[in-house]
Amino acid sequence: MHIPDGFIDGPTSIAGGAVAVAGLAVCVKKASETMDDKQIPLAGLTAAFVFAVQMLNFPVANGTSGHLLGGVLAAVLVGPWVGTLCVSVVLTVQCLLFADGGVSALGLNIINMAMVGAFGGYAIFLLVRRLLPKTRRSVTIAAGVAAGLAPPLAATVFTVEYAIGGNGAAAVSTVAAAMIGVHVLIGIGEGIITAMAVGSVLAVRPDLVWGAKDLPSHPVVPVAVA
Amino acid sequence: MNRRNLVLFIAAGLAVAFVLAFFVSPYASSKPDGLNKVAADKGFDSDIQESPVNGSPLAGYDVHGVHDAKLSKGLSGIIGVALTFAIGYGLLTLLRASRRRTHHRFVASGTREPSGDETLDGAAT
Repeated sequence: MHIPDGFIDGPTSIAGGAVAVAGLAVCVKKASETMDDKQIPLAGLTAAFVFAVQMLNFPVANGTSGHLLGGVLAAVLVGPWVGTLCVSVVLTVQCLLFADGGVSALGLNIINMAMVGAFGGYAIFLLVRRLLPKTRRSVTIAAGVAAGLAPPLAATVFTVEYAIGGNGAAAVSTVAAAMIGVHVLIGIGEGIITAMAVGSVLAVRPDLVWGAKDLPSHPVVPVAVA
Repeated sequence: MNRRNLVLFIAAGLAVAFVLAFFVSPYASSKPDGLNKVAADKGFDSDIQESPVNGSPLAGYDVHGVHDAKLSKGLSGIIGVALTFAIGYGLLTLLRASRRRTHHRFVASGTREPSGDETLDGAAT
């Protein structure tokens, strides 16, 4: 999903960079208002974990692979503001040191993989949670469903970017169908990995999970007995 | 409250990340990812340019000079995990520091609302 240099033209890439910078500035401001101290190490861990799991490409159909994008995972663990910053740290390190993703395309990649997941995906997460009972299991399921939809959502946003400034000759409808099709499959992996990771953190430290803030952190000690 | 518990949790999480990056990543699929495959199949990859940082000692998740492919990828993963942890941790530490500075200034001046710009200029006292 990392766009290399040359896929999208200069003006569109620059516009993407401007949108990313503006969005990250808002995230920085909101993160500094909403964060608490225990989020500091957790944000580091979230970035590190997303980096590690992004290296684990899993096979999907026809000689194609996919990997976790991590936006939904990060947003459920540390909130959408800090979560966007975490994934953006990963994408920037990958771009500047590992030559993964184009330098001119970094803004577009931050939009597609950090912001679309951490905001669009997180909105789906909140929606699914409203349909389910208020339990930890619901948080895990909602995270999995939202993460499953994040890659096709990111692929859709990529298609819009391609429609605006794609250098290639392929028709937009062709690109849309192929990109969304393969990313529906990648979404299955994203959903499973995200649900497993969120479920694991909920099992040991539910108080650390941003997306489970409304649940009692220590249900082992019953506070109210009916 | 349970600070020691938090340190243990973070340490355990990092251990998982290091294990995945070092031991598992060399066995990940090396097939092109969804975007690259679609671009190749549909023929919109003709304008692809090499990344300007392709000369980086870590380019392509290989540590320059380490010739064993699996070891090279695993080591690059260790470096990436350590680096992203440090930057994520450092970034939020800075955010907390800037928030405190803004808060002090707001209290000291008593008149002006803190704004995003003021958190960056460092002239707190």
